Amino acid sequence: MKRTPIYGMMAEFDSPTLLVEAAHHTHEAGYVRVDAYSPFPVEGLAEAIGFHKNRVPLVVLIGALLGGLSGYALQYWISAISYPVNVGGKPYHSWPAFIVVTFEMTILFGGIFAVFGMLALNGLPMPYHPVFNVPRFALATKDRFFLIVFSTDPKYSPSETRRFLEGLGPRSISEVPS
Amino acid sequence: MDEQRQPAAPVIEPGYTFGTVTDKISSIVLTRPTSNGWFLGFGVAFLLTMMMLFAIGYLFVRGVGIWGITIPIGWGFAIVNFVWWIGIGHAGTLISAILLLLRQSWRNSINRFAEAMTLFAVSAAGIFPLIHVGRPWLAYWLFPYPNTMNYWPQFRSPLVWDVFAVSTYATISLLFWFIGLVPDLATLRDRSTNRAAQIIYGMLALGWRGSARHWHRYETAYLLLAGLATPLVLSVHTVVSFDFAVAIVPGWHTTIFPPYFVAGAIYSGFAMVLMLAIPIRKFYGLEDFITERHLQNSAKVMLATGLIVAYGYAIEAFMGWYSGNRFDSFLLWNRLHGPYAPWYLSLLACNIFIPQVLWIRKLRTSPVALFLVSGVILVGMWLERFIIVVVSLQRDFLTSSWGMYYPTRWDWMTYIGTIGMFLAAMFLFVRILPMISIFEMRTLLPEAEVKE
Repeated sequence: MKRTPIYGMMAEFDSPTLLVEAAHHTHEAGYVRVDAYSPFPVEGLAEAIGFHKNRVPLVVLIGALLGGLSGYALQYWISAISYPVNVGGKPYHSWPAFIVVTFEMTILFGGIFAVFGMLALNGLPMPYHPVFNVPRFALATKDRFFLIVFSTDPKYSPSETRRFLEGLGPRSISEVPS
Repeated sequence: MDEQRQPAAPVIEPGYTFGTVTDKISSIVLTRPTSNGWFLGFGVAFLLTMMMLFAIGYLFVRGVGIWGITIPIGWGFAIVNFVWWIGIGHAGTLISAILLLLRQSWRNSINRFAEAMTLFAVSAAGIFPLIHVGRPWLAYWLFPYPNTMNYWPQFRSPLVWDVFAVSTYATISLLFWFIGLVPDLATLRDRSTNRAAQIIYGMLALGWRGSARHWHRYETAYLLLAGLATPLVLSVHTVVSFDFAVAIVPGWHTTIFPPYFVAGAIYSGFAMVLMLAIPIRKFYGLEDFITERHLQNSAKVMLATGLIVAYGYAIEAFMGWYSGNRFDSFLLWNRLHGPYAPWYLSLLACNIFIPQVLWIRKLRTSPVALFLVSGVILVGMWLERFIIVVVSLQRDFLTSSWGMYYPTRWDWMTYIGTIGMFLAAMFLFVRILPMISIFEMRTLLPEAEVKE
């Protein structure tokens, strides 16, 4: 990626409705490298900025399968191969008794993959990010809604993009230094 | 019938905006001075924690002989308290996971501290089996790991299942709680004016910035985690009940145990939620967020689960009579007329009869009455575990092996000490973390809805 002194152009909105509308307009105007920030999950916002590919469910499925299979394999290997002990005449491979631990391992790995997979896909933890350079962005975790057009967008031009964002009725516009 | 047609009390009182909700909850942590009442409460809880550490320290020096456990009653307080604490934790997961899947948005204002309650209750529960194993420094033998003894756990035993169930439960509860906190930690990072607080909250917030892409993945992960936690919470107390039900001791060997244990867990958990929520909403002025609706709904959950528990008792008694098995019918006789009869009768009063007052709407909406009834239920659920553990073991098949159980002061000190530890952790939690989920409260406001 070409390193530019400006990270993007950011517009601030008052309500989730305005932000979703603005995101739609920006997407329709042909901007592709766009992001939106809100203090809580806003319905339809991710679709409005053109984000559709969510791989979290796949990651969780892989984790859950991995956990379940390894849980069962562990018990089979221990009870039937490595350390066979006759308990009350039960077969070494007594599968009904292995279901509980298999189930718990499925949940454990699924949950761990859900949390850490989501964080990894989101690129977190990331203590520094250029958007934090905008002082008003502190309100993004309180009651304001932000839209940013990244300077890497092919359509980005400092004056043109600013004029376009001003047309969306924002509360303020700021350039984000990188 | 007019009374029933009244619209339900709101989940959040009208007049709040994104900003005021944020300020109200975050100011408790960031700007509100610590009150003398907090110091007093935390001080008492801290002293009780020290008492617990003393009791456990002495246990490590002298061994489990300082407790009242003997043969035939080898389980005693350690297992009673373990089951009681684990059960209390269940309400937190029910509120955060199951009610999320059922789209009960009223949960948004109580899920955070209910999850914290779960975490601290599971920590308190985890102490007991560890110190009960006799040689606690070898407790890691419970886990399968390659070792020079060439020794492995025995996976056909419910006790090994329990190790996996409880440790999975603790891990998933911690992750669920932390991941729910991340956006609120970002709020605290941005709201606080103190440099040290900014750095600590900022590090914990992992750089959360509320991007739409992040929120989208976050919500998916949160929902899937709730979907995973739902069967998990049902499985945990089921596995705990297997510890008993798989044995052949009369009073333990029954198939009603799993559902009745799960219902009992949720019953006692909601009682604990109310015992915490009622003082918290009063002292921190959060009546607008934890409204009458929350109290009423929790009371209704307690009524429903209490009736399931009552059904469990009824079936136990019925099977004691109907099975014709002399050991089972003796167990019933022994509960009603044996040396522990006063405990059993108090159990019936605390868990079945007294909570029926919650059918009265006036009491269901009165914080004081709810607080008292919740206390009675918590005592009752503790007695239930005492009856299950002690009275079943006390007189089993051979009269020559009968005995009695007398808890010692060390038993009581450890038990009361864990209550202190639990409360101390709750006191710290309400001071340093937002006790109500701020971002989920924002979604409850009418202005959060996107209008087309």
